[in-house]
Amino acid sequence: MHHVVIGAGPAGVVAAEHLRKYDPDSSVTIVGGEEEPPYSRMAIPYYLVKRIPEGGTHLRKSSGYYDRMGIDVKHGRVTGVDTNANAVSLDGGGSVNYDKLLIATGASPVAPPIPGTDLDGVRNCWDLPDAREIIKYCEPGKRIVLIGAGFIGCIILEALVASGAQVHVVEMENRMVPRMMNETAGGLIGQWCGDKGIEVHTGTRVESIDEKNGALSVSLGDGGRLDADLAITATGVAPNIGFARDSGIDVDEGLLVNEYLQTRSENVYAAGDCAQGRDFSTGEYSVQAIQPTAVEHGRIAARNMARGHEHYHWGNVNMNVLDTMGLISSSFGLWMGADGGDSAELLDKNEYRYLNLQFKDDVLVGASSLGLTEHVGVVRGLIQSKTRLKNWKDKLRKDPTRLMEAYLANTQAVGHNAHVL
Amino acid sequence: MLKALQLEPEKCTGCLQCEMACSYENEGVFNPAKSRIKVFNFHDEGRFAPYTCTQCDEAWCLYACPVEAIAINAGTGAKEVLGDTCVGCKVCTIACPFGTVNYNSSTGKVIKCDLCGGDPWCAKACPTGAITYVDADGTGMERMRAWARQGMPPAGASVNAPAEKEIPNYESA
Repeated sequence: MHHVVIGAGPAGVVAAEHLRKYDPDSSVTIVGGEEEPPYSRMAIPYYLVKRIPEGGTHLRKSSGYYDRMGIDVKHGRVTGVDTNANAVSLDGGGSVNYDKLLIATGASPVAPPIPGTDLDGVRNCWDLPDAREIIKYCEPGKRIVLIGAGFIGCIILEALVASGAQVHVVEMENRMVPRMMNETAGGLIGQWCGDKGIEVHTGTRVESIDEKNGALSVSLGDGGRLDADLAITATGVAPNIGFARDSGIDVDEGLLVNEYLQTRSENVYAAGDCAQGRDFSTGEYSVQAIQPTAVEHGRIAARNMARGHEHYHWGNVNMNVLDTMGLISSSFGLWMGADGGDSAELLDKNEYRYLNLQFKDDVLVGASSLGLTEHVGVVRGLIQSKTRLKNWKDKLRKDPTRLMEAYLANTQAVGHNAHVL
Repeated sequence: MLKALQLEPEKCTGCLQCEMACSYENEGVFNPAKSRIKVFNFHDEGRFAPYTCTQCDEAWCLYACPVEAIAINAGTGAKEVLGDTCVGCKVCTIACPFGTVNYNSSTGKVIKCDLCGGDPWCAKACPTGAITYVDADGTGMERMRAWARQGMPPAGASVNAPAEKEIPNYESA
C-alpha cells in the first residue's frame, strides 16, 4: 500500500505520521511544493519578531526525523491528478503513483483587486520567502502599510512595530478582524493598536499603489495618501485546488469531501485549508483554513485511509486565537449568534476585557473574548459536546466568566452529580 | 503501570494548598493564578472541585501545536510543554476542550500540568486526599478520557428529540 500526501504543512505532516502509525507496513510519501523542509506558517510571526530562528518554524525539528519515521519527503509541485490511473503529475514531467492519496495542498493569498500590487515592495505575508523579505524592512524609520486587518495582519503587527518601523493599517470593514470579532471587540482592538502608535484606517480601502522616487505611494478611498517603503497585503487566502479541476474530484470553494474526508474519487481524500469539510456549528461544508482543523482533518483522513471508514467526521468548530500586540482575542463557533438564540455579554472597556457567549436553547454555540487566557479551551469543549447547561445558563448570564464551573458542574462528579449530596 | 492524578471533588475543602504547591514548585512563586491545577468554587452549593489536565490520549494540545513544543514524557505519559520551543501562539489553549492549557503572559508561553515529572506536588500538598496519584486504571479518569477520545457527540445526538426540560425566560440584555 502506497499512501501519498501532497502538501507538507501541518495537515500533510500529521496525516503522514498517522498513516505510518495506523498502517505500519505501508509506504508513505509526502510531496511538498516548497523548497523548504516542512514548516508551519503559524510560526512565521514569531520568526518575524525574532523570538525563534528560521528553523524554529519547522514542523519537526530533529535531524533525520522523516527518514526514521519511514516517510519519504519529496519536493515537487503537483500539476494534476489522474484519478483513473491513480497518479499525480508533477511540474517538470515526473509522476507519483498512489494507492490512496491525501490532498493537503493548503491555500495561497488572494491578491486584492488593487492596481500596483505587482510592484517591488508589495508583498504578501504567507510563506518563508515572504517573511525573509519582510524582515529586511523591519528596522527603525521604515514606513510599512499593512493592507487588511484580518488574522494575519494583526498577528504580525507586533513584529513590525517592535522593529521601530512606522506602521499604518488599512481595513475596508469598519473594525479590526471583522471575520472574528464583532464591532465592540474589533473596535477595542483598533483602539488598542492606536494607543500603541499604529495609524489605523478602518472603513476605507486602498485604491491604488504607485511608485514614486523609489518609494511607494498608497492611495486610500477616503482621499488619504500614505508613503511607504513596504506594503504588505493580507486580504485573505483561497485553497490551492486549481490542479484538481477536471480530475473527477468535486471542486467548489475547496475540495468537497464527505463525512470521512473522502472526495468523490474513491481513493482520494482531502484535508486542511484546501478541503471544504463540515463545520460543526452550521452543519454546512466550508473552508475554515485554521490550524486545529488542519491537523484534525489530517488525523481523521489518515485513519479512514488506513483502516477503512471508521472515523466519522462530525465537523470542526471554527475557532481562532489571536495576539494583537499583547491583546489576546479568541472566537469560537457561532460567535456572531445563532438564529433564535440569545447571548450574555461582559465588557470592561478600560481594561480591554470582553466576553460574549452565544446560546441556542441551553447549549453554548459560540463565544468571543478579549483578554481571556485562562481555561479558554473549555469554550470549545462546551460547544463540541453540546452540553446542556440547564440552570447553569442562568448563572452564565449573570457571570459569563464561570465557564469552567458550568462545564464541571454538568460533566464531572461534582455536587449532585457525585451522588454524595 | 502509568499513574494518574485522581481527583475526588467530594473530599475537597477548597484550601488551595494544591494551587500554592503547584505554582511554587513549577513557577517559583506562591501565586494560585500560575497554578496548573485549579480549584473551582461552587459557593452556592458549598462545594469545590479541583481540576487539571487528564493527560488524555487524544492529546488535542500536542497535535494542534504548530512547532512541536508539546511532547509526551515516556516515563509518566504526561504531555509536557517544551518551554524553549513554545512560541506562545496559544493554539493549544483553544484546542484543549477541557480548558487545561493556559497562556502565561509573563513568560509568553503556555503552561499545563506535567505531573511534576512523576511526583506531583499537588497530591503531596492535599491534606484531605482529594488529589491522589494512583495507578491509572482505578482512577475514574477512564470516564474523563473516554469523553476525550469521543471528542465529538455520539452518532445521532443531533437528531434525538430534546428531553423535556424547564427553559427559563430571560429578559433581553
